[in-house]
Amino acid sequence: MTTATAGATTTGTPTRSKPDRAPADAPLDLGELAGLRTVRARYPWRWAAGLAALVVLAQFAHGLATNPGWDWATFRVYFSADTILRAVGRTVELTAYGTVLGFLLGAVVAAMRLSRSAILQTVAWAYVWVFRSIPLIVQLVFWFNLSYLYKRFGFGIPFGPTFGDFETIGVLGALGAAVLGLGLHQAAFAAEIIRGGIIAVDPGQREAAAALGVPRWRQAWRIVLPQAMRGILPSAANEVISLFKGTSVVYVMAIGELFYQVQVVYGRTGRVVPLLMVATVWYVLLTTVLSIGQYYVERYFARGADRTPPPTPLQRARSLVRGLRARTATAVALGGRS
Amino acid sequence: MTTVVKEPRVEDTPADGPVAAPSMVQVRGLWKSFGPTAVLRGVDLDVPAGSVTVVLGPSGSGKSTLLRAINHLEKVDRGFVAIDGELIGYRRAGDKLHELKEREVLRQRTNIGFVFQNFNLFPHLTVLENIVEAPVSALRRPKAEARARALELLERVGLAEKADAYPRQLSGGQQQRVAIARALALEPKVLLFDEPTSALDPELVGEVLDVVKDLARAGTTMIVVTHEIGFAREVADTVVFMDGGVVVEQGPPRAVLDEPRHERTRAFLAKVL
Repeated sequence: MTTATAGATTTGTPTRSKPDRAPADAPLDLGELAGLRTVRARYPWRWAAGLAALVVLAQFAHGLATNPGWDWATFRVYFSADTILRAVGRTVELTAYGTVLGFLLGAVVAAMRLSRSAILQTVAWAYVWVFRSIPLIVQLVFWFNLSYLYKRFGFGIPFGPTFGDFETIGVLGALGAAVLGLGLHQAAFAAEIIRGGIIAVDPGQREAAAALGVPRWRQAWRIVLPQAMRGILPSAANEVISLFKGTSVVYVMAIGELFYQVQVVYGRTGRVVPLLMVATVWYVLLTTVLSIGQYYVERYFARGADRTPPPTPLQRARSLVRGLRARTATAVALGGRS
Repeated sequence: MTTVVKEPRVEDTPADGPVAAPSMVQVRGLWKSFGPTAVLRGVDLDVPAGSVTVVLGPSGSGKSTLLRAINHLEKVDRGFVAIDGELIGYRRAGDKLHELKEREVLRQRTNIGFVFQNFNLFPHLTVLENIVEAPVSALRRPKAEARARALELLERVGLAEKADAYPRQLSGGQQQRVAIARALALEPKVLLFDEPTSALDPELVGEVLDVVKDLARAGTTMIVVTHEIGFAREVADTVVFMDGGVVVEQGPPRAVLDEPRHERTRAFLAKVL
């Protein structure tokens, strides 16, 4: 075919059919095709590339298993050691507090930014500007040293009398400072993510709710936010995961979270690599749990988005198994016949 | 009411208070501009209770803006709207007009059903949840009562078996019928339709118009913006022709559609018929 077209473009003659091909005018009898066996198309290069990738992976796995530097014995000892488990707990705790504080405050900031009050809009914009500008680690150290600036904290009328106060250092310990720092930092990013999700919802939705006389808070909670969640969730899950790993920077405040604890242990034993692997595997495990959770939460908020919801991985696996079984069954049946 | 393009003043517009004729909807001197373009240029309209008014006109003539102004989704520059004698969006106190707060406007809107061109059903809620939402949250009806009423309404629009479906699982015609049921659930005094069949495939238009005809027979006050001339002829008590932001002519369908007095009406009808 290619030679024919090339000839046509250079000489300008119409395309000729090659004599060695089946004559085009022979009538095609579809009934004749029924008994023929179909042969699936084969892609040798696809297989070669896949094989090459597997070889590289196998080499890496082999290295993991055989290189004594990984020191799996030490890994096994420390992976479920009490100190490490407690540190994992602390990391999860910091993530949870940071997420809750960050997204609650972020939702408030996003609402302020979308409000009709120019003052609230500006304050919200400034909040995001400030807290996105300051590196997390700088902020953490700053909160840790807050008692240097404000020795006591009091409640009362602004610029007026106070009703009660307490010492900053007693209330805002290392953990408090860490949670505050993580939460405030997270809130700035969460606010923008939430705002992005909200403005992506079709304005007709809010309008329809308004036309029905649905109260304003309910327009937001019942109509707009559930639809905004579809846009918010993927980025929000990113944020939670990066916060989860980001908690490792609070080691600067000597809080016994996972990374700090691992450093303490390898500082004492000198076994750096296996202990880094302990931390790595824990981070991967917990991120996996978060990712699975994300999948199902997203699925919940996608209700009504498609005519038929896509199957879950579990359902997909089941139907694959069923399909394979059916195919082998027919293959066996065909084999028996021939 | 012929083409009166004049600047309305607050004094000569009746605010709330008793109204002589039993007009369900009164529109007086509406002006509205979007930037430099004036979309409504002094529109007056009276819709008697229980009547069907069909608004015709070329696109850009201000039909949709008029409807959106009636339920205060669009704030107008000048002019007033009253539904059943109640001024929409303002409250008169002595010789002052106070803009109503959003909460009060939302309450007023429960008297005005609105059916959108693009349905605007809530896609994340089932058909039943779509209908029950406003009666429960805006009118504080008990849930069970609202559900029972919603099922009745679904029966009425012929979709009782779709109560638990999500809107995207329905055809356009079915979605619009659900949207009508949703608007009816508030038992509004007037129903506004903004080109309810324009987003539908031709073969689905009939099922929606049938529902609207049923409502007309039942004595529902309606204002329908549409391009369906046949529907106007069959159902309308009054046909209003708008062009360039003003009401050019209005009257019984036979007068306006068959013997239009204005050149612009004739030109428009010649194009669409």
